[in-house]
Amino acid sequence: MSKMVLLIEDEPNIIEAINFLLKRDGWDVKTHANGHDALDAIHRNKPDLIVLDVMLPGKSGYEILRDLRTEEDNKALPVLMLTARGQDKDRDLATQLGATRFMTKPFSNAELLSVVRAMMDP
Amino acid sequence: MLNILIFVCLLYVAFLFGVAFFAEQSTKINRARWLRSPWIYTLSLSVYCTAWTFYGAVGYAARSGLEYLTIYIGPSLVMFGWWVLLRKLVRIGRRNRITSIADLISSRFGKSNSIAIFVTILAVVGTTPYIALQLQSVTLSFQVFAANDDLGSSTNLADRTAIWVASGLAFFTILFGTRNLDVNERHDGVVMAIAVEAVVKLLALLAIGVFVVWGLSSGISETMARIDASSFGQWSVSNGRWATLTFLSAAAFLCLPRMFHVLVVENKDEKFLQTASWAFPLYVALISLFVVPIAVTGLSLMPVGSNPDLYVLSLPLSQGRDGLAVFAFLGGFSSATSMVIVAALALSTMISNQIVMPLWLRYTGGRASISGDVRRVVLFARRGSIALILFLGYLYYDLSGGGAALASIGLVSFAGVAQILPVMLGGLFWRGATQKGALAGLIVGFTIWLITLFIPSVGLYGASTDTILTNGIYGVSWLRPQALFGVTSLDPLVHSVFWSMILNTATFVFISLITLPSPIERLQSAQFVNVYDQSTQAQNWQAEAGKSEDLMVMAQRILGAEEAQRLFQIEVRKQGGSGYLPEATPEFLQKLERELSGSVGAATAHAMIGQIVGGMSVSVENLLAMADETAQMMEYSSGLEVQSAELRRTAGQLREANEKLTRLSLQKDAFLSQISHELRTPMTAILSFTEILRDNHGLSETQVAQYAEIIYDEAHRLTRLLDDLLDLSVLENGQVRLNLAETDIVEVINRATHTALSAKSGADLKIWVKMPKNLPRIVTDADRLGQVFLNLISNAQKYCNKAPASLRIKGVVRGTFITLDFIDNGQGVPREEQELIFEKFSRIGQPESSGAGLGLAICKEIMSRLGGDIDYLPGQGGGAFRVVLPL
Repeated sequence: MSKMVLLIEDEPNIIEAINFLLKRDGWDVKTHANGHDALDAIHRNKPDLIVLDVMLPGKSGYEILRDLRTEEDNKALPVLMLTARGQDKDRDLATQLGATRFMTKPFSNAELLSVVRAMMDP
Repeated sequence: MLNILIFVCLLYVAFLFGVAFFAEQSTKINRARWLRSPWIYTLSLSVYCTAWTFYGAVGYAARSGLEYLTIYIGPSLVMFGWWVLLRKLVRIGRRNRITSIADLISSRFGKSNSIAIFVTILAVVGTTPYIALQLQSVTLSFQVFAANDDLGSSTNLADRTAIWVASGLAFFTILFGTRNLDVNERHDGVVMAIAVEAVVKLLALLAIGVFVVWGLSSGISETMARIDASSFGQWSVSNGRWATLTFLSAAAFLCLPRMFHVLVVENKDEKFLQTASWAFPLYVALISLFVVPIAVTGLSLMPVGSNPDLYVLSLPLSQGRDGLAVFAFLGGFSSATSMVIVAALALSTMISNQIVMPLWLRYTGGRASISGDVRRVVLFARRGSIALILFLGYLYYDLSGGGAALASIGLVSFAGVAQILPVMLGGLFWRGATQKGALAGLIVGFTIWLITLFIPSVGLYGASTDTILTNGIYGVSWLRPQALFGVTSLDPLVHSVFWSMILNTATFVFISLITLPSPIERLQSAQFVNVYDQSTQAQNWQAEAGKSEDLMVMAQRILGAEEAQRLFQIEVRKQGGSGYLPEATPEFLQKLERELSGSVGAATAHAMIGQIVGGMSVSVENLLAMADETAQMMEYSSGLEVQSAELRRTAGQLREANEKLTRLSLQKDAFLSQISHELRTPMTAILSFTEILRDNHGLSETQVAQYAEIIYDEAHRLTRLLDDLLDLSVLENGQVRLNLAETDIVEVINRATHTALSAKSGADLKIWVKMPKNLPRIVTDADRLGQVFLNLISNAQKYCNKAPASLRIKGVVRGTFITLDFIDNGQGVPREEQELIFEKFSRIGQPESSGAGLGLAICKEIMSRLGGDIDYLPGQGGGAFRVVLPL
């Protein structure tokens, strides 16, 4: 059984693109489109990796990450942060909160795929 | 003759109507400076001089000599000493938006409803004989003319006259007193009409006086001789009666509902009192100047047995001076009508505010919620009350048989309302006075008055009246109504006043001493007793976050939408915000309560605000603080408070400036980061799909088409975003060029509506447009304005979640502005987001909406360039925006 990626992102067209790319690369993909019950979605789906957007309605990606890392089981769950705000301080904040990797939008498809592969199989 | 008289009456009423109407219009268009005059105020005080004064004084003098003067001495003393009492009364009345004497007493004693109801009943019962008296005087004066016409004085004619006069007066009062519900409970039209009537009655009485002295006698010396020759100087004057009557008239001057109304409620400026303090005594001096000559001449010239109350009419008639008699009749008519109108107005305010409104609130829970609906209830209650009051007056007139001398009926009324005096004085000067004490005192005084004076005057004891008067109630001898406790030597009036006032005051003081005031009473007593001390504006309410919108809804219901919105907007500006919803600070709640009490009375306003912000209006800390505080402590600390308040203000200003700078810097960062986000998001989708299409690993044709479509949409989104950004930056830098031209707003709205509805993405939306007729064309930028309208309509399309969705667009001209309200039937914007929606990128709702969140920010900029404004309008039940545009 292939490993599962949970994509938490609210832009429909970006969901469409990432969903297409990851599935074609052989991953099982689930998506979730808002912030406030994202943690529930994580608990429900038990993904092997999370792709997490920062600007989400209801609850920001940073807050979700912070809360996720307080859970004993999820301290090491691989999380790839995606953000459209490409400033250094955003990257610093993501790292500090415990993101495994960090990418700025827009990204190249190849780069996204290689990062996901690397995170799945360290 | 009688027909001419009726015709003259109608003409005169029409004239008064014109005066009142003109005055009201003048106030409305704001050139009513002359209406704000101490002279008009003084003249309006002359409602004190009723038909009793006009006709009755002469009769009084003819029967009892100089005793009639007491009726003028009392009020004159009160006016001379205005500094002591009236100034305080007026200050309190204006500061607390007091609407009537019942409101004053209720407000002082903890905004209590029960006491308000009691004072109202007392006032109604006490005033009824007085109104009957006016009806009687008009009826009698008609009869004099009828007798002169040899129609005889049938009781049938008398009854009909009384009914007609009562109905006519009810009609006039309703028409003028309740056409609109004034926020300050002021009636400029009525006051002006009363002032004119004051002049008419004075001139009429002077004319008769001149006629008597120089027409019927050869001048002053002959008149003096006539007075000397009469038995006038020999009437014995009882000291007890003099003192009692002077006291009574002074008390009545303060406590009569109509006097309180003109003295306090209609007072526009405290300084007016200064002028009135000498001008009003002068007025009553002039009015009483010729009383003795008329009485003496009447006694010597008129046949024995003719009614001295009517000498003013019968003297000129007997000499064939019909014109003069008609003028005198108009004087009497003026006296009667002005009294009845003001009394009915004042009493109806009391009945509606203190009895009907609280009941209505209890039964509906104050739930119906159309804007202005409470006003309708209030207006209806007032109109009904006016009719009721005049009916009661007529009933009393009918019951008492219209026989008693005018003066004695008047005195019964005086003694009734005088029962309010101890409570009123105690409330103004004694912090220890409590509600229970006040109520007990009032009940005792009122009961004694009823038993000893009122009921005997109407003969309500029925056939057994005489038995009861001689043997006492239930045959208990010390309960004889006119000889309580076996005191038999007093005149009935003196007896009643003596016992009712003594026992009233004693009960009031005693119960006050043994009971404790409630927290609100403490607050109110401090506010009333120390009214000159600015720092005693104690806080009544606790701040209540998030209740502003409910308050707005309620205020709109009572004050009407326009007034409520104005009030709230002023407060918002004062608090330094924008929009229509201020914070519900204690200060604001208190201010709002005052405004509302101007319309519905203190007790009701307090209850209504209490319903919204929750039960306790006074916190435990407040309570403890109040228990400790005394007037002296507060005086001492007020100086320090002023200083520290100034320091706090300065520090606050500095902090604010600093915060503003920090905020600006943060805003710039946030803005850049936002733009970055808004640009990168469509770019991500475009790049990703372009790459997918370029690599083309066996995509199906539908997939290719779908992905190309996505790229196309996102590229468009980018373009729109750039357009909006440029637009906003041009508007913000003020580099925008406006194409100003004469524009028809309705056309602009229609065009925007059409564009919005024909857009393919637009959801179904029903739009109603209601614009004022004959709207002038205005000079503005039609395209920019259209952009704003289009934005508001598309927002309604996007966000209105009700099916079927509808949008009302309503224009109202307000002076030099026009407001356009866009109100949809959706769920509206939540309170916490109302402030944010005009910020850049503050997209509310769901992300799938296509805008970048710049629309309303652009609208705001456009409107400010066009010299107008746009804000969110809370409390309308749906999403609501108000566009303001200069005409």
